[in-house]
Amino acid sequence: MLLSGSDIIVECLLEQGADTVFGYPGGAVLNIYDSLYKYSDKVRHIITSHEQGACHAADGFARATGKTGVVIATSGPGATNLTTGLATANMDSVPLVAITGNVSTNLLGLDSFQEVDITGVTIPITKHNFIVKNIAELADTLRLAFDIANSGRKGPVLVDIPKDITAATYEYAPVKPIAKAPAAVSESELDAALELIMKSEKPYIYAGGGVVSANAEEELKRLAELCDAPVSCSLMGQGAFDQTDRRYIGMLGMHGTVKAAAALNSCDLFIGVGTRFSDRVIGDPNVFGKNAKFIHIDIDPAEFNKNVEVGCTVKGDVKEVLKALCDKISQKKCAWTDEIIAKDFGEPVQKGTEEFPVTPQAVIEKLDELTNGQAVIATEVGQNQMWAAQYYKYKEPRSFISSGGLGTMGFGLGAALGAKVGRPDKTVVNIAGDGSFAMNLNELITASAHNIPIIEMVINNNVLGMVRQWQRLFYNKHFSQTTLDARHIDYVKLGESFGIQTFVINKNEDIEPILSKALEISKNAPVMIEVRIDRDINVLPMIPAGKPVIDPITEIDLEA
Amino acid sequence: MHEQEYVLSVKVLNNNGVLPRVGGLFARRGYSIKSLNAAETEEPSISRLTIVVSGDLRILEQIKNQLMKLYDVRDVQILRDAVTREHILIRAGRNSDDRHKIIEIANLYRAKPVDVAADSIMLELTGEPAKIDSFIDLLKPFGIIKMVRSGITALERD
Repeated sequence: MLLSGSDIIVECLLEQGADTVFGYPGGAVLNIYDSLYKYSDKVRHIITSHEQGACHAADGFARATGKTGVVIATSGPGATNLTTGLATANMDSVPLVAITGNVSTNLLGLDSFQEVDITGVTIPITKHNFIVKNIAELADTLRLAFDIANSGRKGPVLVDIPKDITAATYEYAPVKPIAKAPAAVSESELDAALELIMKSEKPYIYAGGGVVSANAEEELKRLAELCDAPVSCSLMGQGAFDQTDRRYIGMLGMHGTVKAAAALNSCDLFIGVGTRFSDRVIGDPNVFGKNAKFIHIDIDPAEFNKNVEVGCTVKGDVKEVLKALCDKISQKKCAWTDEIIAKDFGEPVQKGTEEFPVTPQAVIEKLDELTNGQAVIATEVGQNQMWAAQYYKYKEPRSFISSGGLGTMGFGLGAALGAKVGRPDKTVVNIAGDGSFAMNLNELITASAHNIPIIEMVINNNVLGMVRQWQRLFYNKHFSQTTLDARHIDYVKLGESFGIQTFVINKNEDIEPILSKALEISKNAPVMIEVRIDRDINVLPMIPAGKPVIDPITEIDLEA
Repeated sequence: MHEQEYVLSVKVLNNNGVLPRVGGLFARRGYSIKSLNAAETEEPSISRLTIVVSGDLRILEQIKNQLMKLYDVRDVQILRDAVTREHILIRAGRNSDDRHKIIEIANLYRAKPVDVAADSIMLELTGEPAKIDSFIDLLKPFGIIKMVRSGITALERD
């Protein structure tokens, strides 16, 4: 049938099962929004306060559901406002399709009003991008964009569409997306890995976001059982392994547990699954796991030997690799594993002060208890993010949504909205700090306008806590620009002005009743909680950047 | 690890923006390009980039893997046993005496005069990159006015 370009765009979204999109209208996408008006019974569009929020929302939607997120923005500033969101999704391998309008093809390259070369801008921060200058190529380009975003190592794809292409008409026929079978795994690579596993007496499994993205949590559990190995997850891997399982020994890396660091240094085989050995995990690459042999399993061979030299690599879809590997392993028994699991390494415990008795640990652990570890937790970036990773016990994949690679402050609120839209059955909590909250608090408007019932939890210490922590440790306590006392935000009034009920926790006895009340309200409406804490609660344990992951700092002397 | 030069033969889709994609990858990951040649192949939709890079084997493997992640890149070959050629246009000479001597050198190398002026002469030469280097060295005493090298093109031997 003969359709306008903009109708073809919406039809292609429907082909891909994308019935929810986030975005913001503007001149160059007027035709697309006219089609969205027409198709409003088939496609739900959520307008945010800012394109960045829309991009984070599409990202959170994708992370929470495993589907490809879709964001639409107009040309020029609309498109450039997506860049932080695209870079965030790119670093964390999140499948996303961004559709931007551009000026008409006859105005391209003339510095026209609201023209920007967004494909040029986004080359380094997308998996791939396209500009469609011929309507005959529109539908297939969009199909290809979804295919690229969602295959191999996933990532964001941007499709830039000039306005005249959305207005022109062309013959359209629906095409069903074809699921591609994953590539075969090399038998010789599997056998090499198998040999290392069977020889090992102290195997240690380290799982990353690749396990989540491949939906390989069951295979990972089976691997851990067959190898009789303890398991850690990276920040991105939170939820890939049930953290209430006895084998789980905490996160590994800069703010990982003392136990995980001990396991790293005493294991004889380190099995990295779906991970890219981030600098935030490996510290000093020359001594990382120095007593161990390595197996690295990943879909992206460009990650092999990039940050850490590993001997044995297995390339492939993590789920397929683990399945094939597990079928070969005969059940192991490792005494070392029981020792590591049983030993008390004296993990640090947070303490409040007289003025601020409440600690993030107490609040997050209570939240975990009240939600039975079943909520989806989004985070901002900084201390709030690390505490959310450390103190909530994630039981299932896609329950922890955080900007790991790019470290985007302002990510969490938009992402939480997207997650809640994608998973309305789940309690969704964004654990924020006051610094990150202030970056994109405009999206509270989105929560309230669309009645997206999330819990926004602002852990307020009136400082940029993570930077302050580094300033204390490495910059002679020069707290340069990190003290936010002059802001005087009244969170209750702020929330209420957006129509969002807001509560304050500043006493330990308030934690449970206020969390319970917020959980109740969040069945129907968004709600905000301000948690007041002392500004010198640090994130511990800590390995300073670039230093060996050995003997983490577990105490910081505030008087020193 | 030992640093040396390697020749990569990269097949890419002839799409808009393929060069910034490849060039940007080298720039942002800090891989060094010694020369890059791009042109169409026997298939009009495919171009071949011949890229000379320097680095150790680990970097080489990284470059190959990172290139393969680009959608437009269809194939990356590290050439081990290949015919490598480079083309040069070079103008040299300060006076008519020089010109005679330059023509003698050109004959030795089978370079072809392509443009002759009163004092100087432009020559073209195709050959192995080392031959081009030595040809340039011999012309240096006569004053090189302008030159352009094509960068290396190469195809694997069968």
